[in-house]
Amino acid sequence: MNLTLTINGTVHHVEASPTARLLDVLRGPLGLTGSKEGCGEGECGACTVLLDGDPVNACLVLVGQCEGRSILTVEGLAHGQTLSPLQQAFVGHGGAQCGICTPGMLISAHAYEKSTKSLVTLRESIAGNICRCTGYQRIVDSITQAEHEDRVQTFGTVGS
Amino acid sequence: MSQGPSQHLPTVGKSVPRADGTPKVIGTARYVDDLPAMPGELHGATVRSPVPRGILKSIRFDPNFDWSDITIVTAEDVPLNTVALIAEDQPVLAARHINHAYEPIVLLACADKRRVLLAKNAVSLDIEALPTVLDVHESLKNTHTVWGTDNIQKRYLITKGRADTEDSVSAIDAVLAECEVRVSGSYSSHHQEQLYIEPQGVVAWWDESGVHATGSLQCPFYVHKAFLKTFGEQPSRIHITQAVTGGGFGGKEEYPSIIALHAALLSKKSGKPVRMIYDRKEDIEATTKRHPAFCEIETGCDKDGKLRAIKMRVLMDGGAYLTLTPVVLSRGALHASGAYEWEHARIEALALATNTPPNGAFRGFGAPQTIWAIERHIDKVAAVLGMDPLELKRKNILKLGSVTATGQVLHTSVAGVECLEKARAVSEYDRRRKAYSEKQGRIARGIGAAVFMHGAGFTGSGERYLKGKAAVDLLPGGRLRIRTASTDIGQGTETVFRQIVSDAAQVPLSDVDFAVPCTTHVPDSGPTVASRTVMVVGSIVEAAAREVGDRVRKEQQASGGTFAEAADRLLAREGEVTSLLQYSPPSYIQWDDQHYRGDAYPCFAWACFIAEVEVDRETFEVTVTNFWSATDVGRAINPTQCRGQIEGGALQAIGWALFEELVWDKGIIKNPRMTNYIVPTALDAPPFHTVLVEEPFSFGPGGGAKGIGELPMDGGAPAVAAAVEHALGIPMDDLPLTPERLFARSASGAQT
Repeated sequence: MNLTLTINGTVHHVEASPTARLLDVLRGPLGLTGSKEGCGEGECGACTVLLDGDPVNACLVLVGQCEGRSILTVEGLAHGQTLSPLQQAFVGHGGAQCGICTPGMLISAHAYEKSTKSLVTLRESIAGNICRCTGYQRIVDSITQAEHEDRVQTFGTVGS
Repeated sequence: MSQGPSQHLPTVGKSVPRADGTPKVIGTARYVDDLPAMPGELHGATVRSPVPRGILKSIRFDPNFDWSDITIVTAEDVPLNTVALIAEDQPVLAARHINHAYEPIVLLACADKRRVLLAKNAVSLDIEALPTVLDVHESLKNTHTVWGTDNIQKRYLITKGRADTEDSVSAIDAVLAECEVRVSGSYSSHHQEQLYIEPQGVVAWWDESGVHATGSLQCPFYVHKAFLKTFGEQPSRIHITQAVTGGGFGGKEEYPSIIALHAALLSKKSGKPVRMIYDRKEDIEATTKRHPAFCEIETGCDKDGKLRAIKMRVLMDGGAYLTLTPVVLSRGALHASGAYEWEHARIEALALATNTPPNGAFRGFGAPQTIWAIERHIDKVAAVLGMDPLELKRKNILKLGSVTATGQVLHTSVAGVECLEKARAVSEYDRRRKAYSEKQGRIARGIGAAVFMHGAGFTGSGERYLKGKAAVDLLPGGRLRIRTASTDIGQGTETVFRQIVSDAAQVPLSDVDFAVPCTTHVPDSGPTVASRTVMVVGSIVEAAAREVGDRVRKEQQASGGTFAEAADRLLAREGEVTSLLQYSPPSYIQWDDQHYRGDAYPCFAWACFIAEVEVDRETFEVTVTNFWSATDVGRAINPTQCRGQIEGGALQAIGWALFEELVWDKGIIKNPRMTNYIVPTALDAPPFHTVLVEEPFSFGPGGGAKGIGELPMDGGAPAVAAAVEHALGIPMDDLPLTPERLFARSASGAQT
């Protein structure tokens, strides 16, 4: 059937079975291969995307559930040619190593940045994303660094 | 714009951003499964044995299934049915004898991914089951011979001091009998799955230029060698390319040869490109894992803690085929006596075959298993002596001028004491150790340490035989291009090599390119293994870059202009300006392969890891609350990436100690999924406090870098176990330390 999805801010019409996995539709007909499949059962988080602002495992969501809804993938994080502070921090502060978990990790970190942080800690917010390379310390440091950069950009001063 | 030498700002020692970082954070990095489908491409799948040992009687293809669009490959279709590695014992596809569960038997391919999975279900195997051997103790008895004549895949003997004699057993026993304090123990460690987040995968095709395979892999020339053997093609007709690789940790050292052979066989038969990507279950079941090991140790020392003699026997489970087991066992044996000096030593190491999937390369490569044993044992000796374990380790640690168990005199780059003291200070070990030794409540705290070293590069004469090569090319505009088979699998090779080249040739970092590792275009640098990429291949790359840079500057001095202009003139005149160099190991390395004696490694990297834990004495959950480390890396070319290696390796070791456990039932894995094979999340990981120590190795690049890829895997498990032991007061000699096992040990400990 024909489905209408808003992906990274752009409306797409896609012909797919409603029971296809969102991940397969993203990676297949839509050509968005940034979201990865590491386990296919919602454990590794490499396919994490935002569905109407909430992080979900795209391997566990049927595309029929996404009709008319908004999806954010890693391809939608940069501002044109400019990396977001979060992306820059991952490149510069060791948040990415092999990079296979990075798209999902960035999406969860992005959701954390946009969330009411008092309800969830940084480590809790990325606990659904398995990284086998970093030991997580550089990821936590990268996200913290990006928050800092964000504050500098927003307020023009190094906040506390 | 390229600049002259005077303007060059050094990049080595700086945490420059990851060279391959941007495509990874915007989602455009192409891992193998992201490569666009080729015209006519088929999806491959594998039918595997459901039993651990047997005779294949027949293969039945369901006559009710439509096989018209399915390509079928069996052993009969394999030109030479062996996977080229150390031995030729492993078939590409089982023809008659089945030696482990999940052994590949039939390959299928179809354009429709769903149909190929249905086809798998339409194949049935008639297998006559045979008795199995499933652990090393059974294997050693040789009741059933499942490999060679006696199940022994490899044996090493290392002797030192009075044990260095024909009857080494009697000799070491006599020395031990004379010692004031004798302590014995046995220590076991278990399988570990690499669990790179990107499963194994490859795309293979044939065309007029030969056979191609592009995949997730560490060592393109291993696959090249395997194709050479199995297909008998000319070397120039085999083209193996690394795609962006989502982690390896050793798991993509030798296994990719098998999946690539399978895809290429299907492609050869069908005449179409074949994509083969494992799902997680298949990856965990069928691919290699860390060798389980059982170590028995008996040591003798003086009452004041001076270690004298060690007798140790290591049994490693090689699995059904040899793969890289002899080399894994070798590294295990060479690290078995730990970071300590012994006057007398006898270390015997055996690898034994079992009817389980072949074990293979995994970060640390045998050393984590024996270091687990020796570190736990030294802690036990300290307990017997009533000494603080770290103090006992401090007293006996190898120093400059010390002699290792193989007789290697350490005359350069030794930093064990410095690492120990730095980690001890930064963790406030002494204060915490004392405080946590007081009586505790439901939540018990503990702190423990591991001190260890890891040899960088191939063992003994390995690098001399290997003759690793790398090249640096001059490109228009004064750019440089690195050509090497050393792959970046996440550890940062591309970035670090660029830094080395930038400084050696004195060109800006942005003027250095890194060629995609493809066997057709890059020289064979040797495999991306053994903590050798930076130290060994990096030093070749450094020399090559220096040579090219010097040539351009010579031209600049002779005829003027900028570096870029001089480069263009040189290229116009000579057509090609390349420095292709071969590694020559330090001349002092002397190694006797027959007696396993001499300089096992050109140098060692050193570390002290200290773990702090909380253990809930009712639920036996362990939380690692802090993790301090001091690691000697020689020279940190990129400190951030160095820290990333250390922390990532340490967490893999913590996972191995506390969470990760393959559950076996008669040779079958009961938990081949990420749902039930548990690796640490961000919430399980402790805060890491990582200190870098720099004790340069004069033959290392960038002013003395040493290999550190594997070292961090060695010390995490014994440090955590020491801390848990400290918290609970129960010996922790066997991995893993899951709550169920801690509960059982606590219950049995209470009875005695």
